[in-house]
Amino acid sequence: MLEASGPNTIIANNTGCLEVFSTKYPESAWGVPWIHSLFENAAAVASGIEAALKFLGRKEGINVIAQAGDGGTADIGLQALSGMWERGHDILYVCYDNEAYMNTGVQRSGLTPFNTNTSTSPIGSRSTGNIRPKKPMPEIALAHGIPYVAVASVGFPQDLQRKVKKALSVIGPKYIQVHVPCPLGWRYESAFTLEVGKVAVETGLYPLIEYENGKLISVRKLNPPKPVEEYLKIQGRFKHLLDKPEEIKKIQEIADNNIQRYNLKGETTD
Amino acid sequence: MKEFLEGSTAVAKIIKLCKPGVISAYPITPQTHIVEELAKEVADGQLNSQFVNVESEHSAASVVLGAVATGVRAYTATSSQGLFYMAEVLFNIAGLRLPVMLTCANRAISAPINIWNDQQDSVSMRDAGWIQFYAENVQEVVDFHLIGYRIGEDKSVMLPVMVCMDGYVLTHGIETVDMPEQEQVDKFLPPYSPPYKLDPDNPLTMGPLVDPESYMETRYAIHQTHRYVIKLIPQITADFSKVFGRQYNGFIEEYRTKDAERVIVAMGSVCGSIKDVVDELRTKGKKVGLLKITTYRPFPYQEIYEALKDIPKVAVVDRALSLGSYAPLASEIKAVFFGKKKKPQVISSFILGLGGRDITQDSIKEIIRLLNTKEKSCEFIDLKPELLKENYEPNSI
Repeated sequence: MLEASGPNTIIANNTGCLEVFSTKYPESAWGVPWIHSLFENAAAVASGIEAALKFLGRKEGINVIAQAGDGGTADIGLQALSGMWERGHDILYVCYDNEAYMNTGVQRSGLTPFNTNTSTSPIGSRSTGNIRPKKPMPEIALAHGIPYVAVASVGFPQDLQRKVKKALSVIGPKYIQVHVPCPLGWRYESAFTLEVGKVAVETGLYPLIEYENGKLISVRKLNPPKPVEEYLKIQGRFKHLLDKPEEIKKIQEIADNNIQRYNLKGETTD
Repeated sequence: MKEFLEGSTAVAKIIKLCKPGVISAYPITPQTHIVEELAKEVADGQLNSQFVNVESEHSAASVVLGAVATGVRAYTATSSQGLFYMAEVLFNIAGLRLPVMLTCANRAISAPINIWNDQQDSVSMRDAGWIQFYAENVQEVVDFHLIGYRIGEDKSVMLPVMVCMDGYVLTHGIETVDMPEQEQVDKFLPPYSPPYKLDPDNPLTMGPLVDPESYMETRYAIHQTHRYVIKLIPQITADFSKVFGRQYNGFIEEYRTKDAERVIVAMGSVCGSIKDVVDELRTKGKKVGLLKITTYRPFPYQEIYEALKDIPKVAVVDRALSLGSYAPLASEIKAVFFGKKKKPQVISSFILGLGGRDITQDSIKEIIRLLNTKEKSCEFIDLKPELLKENYEPNSI
C-alpha cells in the first residue's frame, strides 16, 4: 500500500495487529510520518492532520491515509469514519479486513462472515459459528456519496496497488477494503496466504469491485466461479461446516448473490 | 481595550487573537456560544482557520490531536458529558505530549442530567496530565488562555491545557474585560513551533507500543514536567505583566489572608462571592480571608503551604466530589500539611453548589460559622432534607 502512495504520505493508524507489530518501541517499521492514537479514531485524527495541512497550504502533494482493521473500521471506528466521510475530507481510508479482532485473540467483529468459528462466536453443540452476515462496509461507504470505493485482496497485490494509486489521484474521501487472510485466526499454513486470498475472490465470496462517483467501473470476473467449499475446506475456521451441506448451501447463496449482483461470471476485460 | 462582553464572546475573541489553524468542537450546553462565535469569525473571513464540525466530542479531541501533531495550533471546547466522552483522548493527548487548548465550561455530570454549573467535569479529569486553570471572572478566562497557550507550547513542556470557566456563570454572564490587542498577543505568544511533528520531510513514529520495560518512564516524565511548569509559571506571569499590565501570581491568590484566623479555599467564580463575604465580615472585625486556587494542575504544594501554614482554621470548598471518599480539593489541601510542623489546626471540607445550586452569601457565611474547632470531614451545604426523605415504593402508583 505504501509502495503505491510513496514517501509524501502521513498515516494515522488505529490500534490493531498492524499498529502493534510495526511499532514496538524502540523500533518502528514506518519510514513515513505515522501516528497511532486510539482504537476508534484514526479517521478523526486523519481529519485533523488533513485540516492542518490545508491550513498550512501543504495538502496538495501529501497523501493522508487512515488505516485500521475490520473491528476498528466497521464497529468501534464507524462513527468517526462516517463523520470523516460526511465532511468530505481528502483522506484515503484503508480497512485491513481479516474478519475478526485478531490482535486480541480472534474475537468476532461486524465483518466476520456468517458461520465463522471465532473465540466469541464459537462452534458448539448449539452453534455453527457467527450467526450474522458481514456488515456491508463498501455499501455504507457508497451511501455516503464518496467519490471512490474499492475492494481489494492481498491475493491480487497488483490490483491492490492500482486501486491505491487510483484512489490517491481522486480528491475527497476514499475507501478501500482489503481482504487479508490471517494464518493464525483462520487456521491455515502461513505460506498459503496468497492462495487463500485468491480462492476467496474466486468463489464470489469477496468480490473485487471498484466504484467511482457511485458508478461501478470495474469488477474482477470469475471464469468460472469456484464452489465455496474449495474456500471453506482450506481453513480451520470453517472446518466444522464440511459435514453440514445445509450450512455450506447458505454460504454458497451469499457467493451466488454477489455473482449475480456484480455480474461476476465471465472474462475480465480489464 | 475595555469591553462589556458575554464570557463566551470574550473566549472567542481571545482564541481568535491566538490564531489557531484548526478548530474542532461538538455542541454542548453551555459551551455553545464560544464555538458559534468562532464559526462566525471564520465565516466572515476574520479568522483564517479550518473549522471542523465533528460528529462527537471524541472526534473533536481527536481532530485537534491530529492537527497539533501536524504542527498547527488548535482549539476545542466542551463541558460535562462531552469532556467525559473525550476522556480517553484527553489522556492520549497528554501521553503523546501535544499542547492542545481546551476550554471547559464547567457543568454538572449525568445522571441525572443537569446542564447547570459545578466542577465535577474538569475535576474528574485531574489525573489526565493536563495543565488546569480555574478562572474567577471573565478577565481571568481571557488571560489564562493566553498564558495557557504559551506554557503548553513551551518546548520543555509540550502538554495540553484546560481553562475551566464556570458554565452559565462565566460563559453567559456579561462582564467588563480588558481585551488584548493583536500586537500584544503576538508579542506574548510566539507562533507554534514544535520540536516534533508529522512531516514527510522528517518522518517519525508517534504513539508506539511500549512494554513494561519502557512505559513507566513516560508517565514519570509528564509528572516531572508538571514540576517544571511550577518553575516556569512565575517567569510567564512576569512576562504577561510586562505586556498586558496585569499581575498574576499564577498559582493562587491570597485575599486578605495575612492575619486571618479563618480562610476559605476555593476555585472558580465562587471566589468572587467569597471575596464579598470576606469584605463584609472584615468590616465587622472578623479576621477571615480567601485562598483562591488558580492553577489546580500542576498542584502548587509549596504556594499553598506558605499561604495556609499559619492559618488556624481552613475551610475547603469543593464544587465536585469523589463519591465514597473525601472531597478532591480538600483531600489534596490536607495532604500538603501531613507531617508538617506548621499547619492549620483544622481543615474542614465543604461541598457546595452541585448541579447549579446557588451559592449565596448566606451559604458562605454558614461555612464560616461551621468552621470551628470541630473538624468537618465532608459537610454538604444547602442540602434539602425534604428531598432526601423521598422513597421509592414499587407499587405506589
